[in-house]
Formats: sequence, structure tokens, C-alpha cells
Amino acid sequence: MKDIILEYVKNEYLDEDEAEEIGLDENTPLISSGIVDSFSMVSLKRFLEKKYGIAIPDDQATPEAFNTVASIVELVKRHQGEKGA
Amino acid sequence: MAYPAALREAYRAELQGIREKGIYKEERYIHSPQAAGIDVEFPAGAGLKRVVNLCANNYLGLSSHPEVVAAAHRGLDERGYGMSSVRFICGTQDIHRELETQLTAFLGTEDTILFPSCMDANGGVFEAVLTDRDVMIADRLVHASIVDGMRLCKAMQDTYKHADMKHLEQKLQEHQDKRARMIITDGVFSMDGDLAPLDQIVELAERYQAMVFVDDSHASGFMGRTGRGTPEHFGVQGKIDIITTTLGKALGGASGGCVSGRQEIVDLCRQKARPYLFSNAVPPPIVYAALKVLEILSTSTERRDKLEANTAFWRKGLKEAGFVIKDGESPIVPIMLFNAKLSQDIARDLYAEGIYVIGFFFPVVAAGQARIRTQLSADHDIPMLAEALEAFKRVGAKYGILGLDKKGIIEKYGL
Repeated sequence: MKDIILEYVKNEYLDEDEAEEIGLDENTPLISSGIVDSFSMVSLKRFLEKKYGIAIPDDQATPEAFNTVASIVELVKRHQGEKGA
Repeated sequence: MAYPAALREAYRAELQGIREKGIYKEERYIHSPQAAGIDVEFPAGAGLKRVVNLCANNYLGLSSHPEVVAAAHRGLDERGYGMSSVRFICGTQDIHRELETQLTAFLGTEDTILFPSCMDANGGVFEAVLTDRDVMIADRLVHASIVDGMRLCKAMQDTYKHADMKHLEQKLQEHQDKRARMIITDGVFSMDGDLAPLDQIVELAERYQAMVFVDDSHASGFMGRTGRGTPEHFGVQGKIDIITTTLGKALGGASGGCVSGRQEIVDLCRQKARPYLFSNAVPPPIVYAALKVLEILSTSTERRDKLEANTAFWRKGLKEAGFVIKDGESPIVPIMLFNAKLSQDIARDLYAEGIYVIGFFFPVVAAGQARIRTQLSADHDIPMLAEALEAFKRVGAKYGILGLDKKGIIEKYGL
């Protein structure tokens, strides 16, 4: 899951050489560093919902929850767990 | 009355937080009409200082032009001060419709509707013409008013990397299942001064059946050979479905804006756009002045030609001096400093030299992209700009950044 989301972030938000330049990994801050802002975050949220068959309520799509790929993975897993339960 | 102490404290803490981040905005009081040279009181209480203004949107120098001012006076005398009404109750004079007709002719569209501002035009247009079956695909650097307008609309929101046509094409392919697709962009981007590649955007729009929306606020009146804006610059006049623009920059500088484009879209705005329906008509003096502006621009390209020459001089001068600037053709010329504090320090020193510019940094621009944005005007002249250039060189030399590239400046000052 981590690699799929990292790949999406790279294609959706960064130019070809940028990902390497900043050394993008699961702990790279996305929101607080300005790579993703609230305006462009919408497509990431939609991607996650579609890809993993979950619905993330707006009040959980916070800058904190979306700040790193690691925290995004956590959020998605939580929702998948809820769906399974 | 209930203004609890705890709430007051919370507001004060928020304000303090803004101050601590160094992004607290302070107004500077100008004691003269808007022009290339202005008298400024800053900080509040200080004596007046005559400075060269390099941060106004007064691109054509018409904000205080005698003919424009005289036209506004005439509007005041002949049609009064205000309408005390929204347009559709009793706020429409013949001159409002005349201005809409003249703007339509100027922009080469089918029809036009006036709004109190372009912020309002952008706030109202999307909701009026798009539904939840549609999608809005916007460049990531569009103006804040477009972002707000999109948020008020039920259509799906999507964005593409700034001016990245490959990414836009991907998005258009992805959204072929929607009833309507709208590509949304600024004509000239206000912080970078670069142009949206409208020729390529129109081509993609035709291939993927999408409408094109352009906010031409930083272009109307001067971009293009006769100043009709970025559609003229790229040879796609008549192919843009919606143009929004402002009367608050090159076209007089007071206020007012419009949606101009396809007949049905303009008609729907007249029926449904909330800022149009629930806000007062543009005041008669502004309507008269805007008509005069369009008359001036339709009879001569002298002012936009002078602006173009000033821009070329300024861009060349800064480059030769060794500054890093964003390349482009518009009169918005950002001088890249990358480091936020450096942008503030240099702006302050330039003010001491008699040059009024503002440093911008995150979150107004992307992190690590701090800059001083300069804006040219037809009201500037070459000797004035040559002097300003000397001041820039002195300050640039003081900070040792002349001749340094991006990497060099970041090495010296950090991000």
C-alpha cells in the first residue's frame, strides 16, 4: 500500500526530478512542506477512496492525517478495518 | 451582547500566532493618488516618503488618469453616486448595459455580465453553470477567488500541476464520464507572472470536449497586440468559453469585474449567480470611468506598448545585474530570493532607498520560493526604472546575491 500511495503522490504532485531531489519517502511532510495543499488534496482523497473502497469523512481528511504517506497508510488501514468489522 | 472573555482571548492568541509566524499584514497609508510615484506614511505616524511604486496592479497607469477621473466625475453628476439596489430590482442603468456591451466587443465574446468585483465573478460563476454531474479541473496556482468559487460549487473538483499539459490531459481522460468538463486557469499567474499556454489548453479542450475558463485579471488591457488579453496573445480569441476579468487593475483600478463568454452562461449567471443577485450594482462613476478606459484602449495601443517597453527594460536590467527572476513576458516580474527572511530584509532596505515592493513567502507562495514581486506600469518611465534598478543593485550587492543562482542563494541564506 505504501509504495502505491508514494507512487501516486510522486505522479500527482511532483515533477519528474523533484521526487528524487527531496528524497520522497513515507515520512516526507506533504502538507506542512507545501507539496500538497488543501486545494490539491481533493484528488488524493478521492484516489484513496476509490482504490481502497473506503469513505473518508471530511472531518478526518485533516492536514495532520494527510501529512505523510505513513499517516495516510494508517488512516486507510483504520477505515479498511472499520469496513471489515 | 455576548462576547465572552475566553473568546476574546482565543482571538488574541490567534492574532499573536500570526505575528509570531511573521505573516501579520500591515497597511501602509498612501497620501497621494495611485501612480508610479506615491507619498507613503510607514510605519503609521512616520513622515511622508516619496517612493517609486513597483507593487500596484496599475499596469496601464489609468488609475489616476485625468480623462478617467473626469469621466467618473461626469458619471457622478449625470447618474449619481450609487444605485441603492441590486441589478435586477432597480439597479440597472442604461450605462451598465452599455459597459457590458463594450466589454463584450473588447474581449471578443458573446455577452458579458458585470459583478461588483472579479472575486465575486469567480465566486458566482461555477455554481451557476455546473452541477454534480460535472467536473472542474483547475491549474494548481489559480487565484484564491477561483478556489473559493469552486468550493461553492457542487461539481467534482480536480487540479493539475501548474501549466503541465500532460497532467491536464490525464485528468481530461480520467473525467470523460462527466456531463461537462471545465478547464480552469488564470491567463497570467499573479505570483509568477507566467502565462497559461492557452493555445495548448484550447487544443486539449477541443480534443476532450471541455469548456475553457480563463481569469484574465492580470492581462486584460495589455497582453496581446491590442491589449485584449491572453486569448489574443495566443491567437485563441473566441475559443474561450468563459473569461472573467477585473476593472480593478489595468482597466481603471477602482473595482468591478465581469463574466464574459458564451451567451447561455452569461444568461444563467444573470439568473443564478449569487454575488450578482445579492450585491449592489457597480456605482455609476465607476461605470462611466470604465467606459472611458475602453474608449482610450480602443483608439490607441500607446499605453500597452509603453508597458511592454518598460517590462522589457526592467527584465533585461535585473537579469544583467545578476538577479534570479522568473522568465516570462508579463509585467509581473518576480525576483527570486527563496529565503523568507531575505525577502523581507531586501524589501525593507529597498523601501529605505525609495522603492516600494513587497516580499512574499509561504504560504502566499510555495515554501522555499520567497520572492519580491515587482509590477510594471505604463506610468513608469525609463529614467525612473533606471534609478530603481540602481537601488536594486545596491541592495543586491549589500546582501551578496548578485550573480548567484538559486543554489548559490540557498547555500548562502538557507531555505
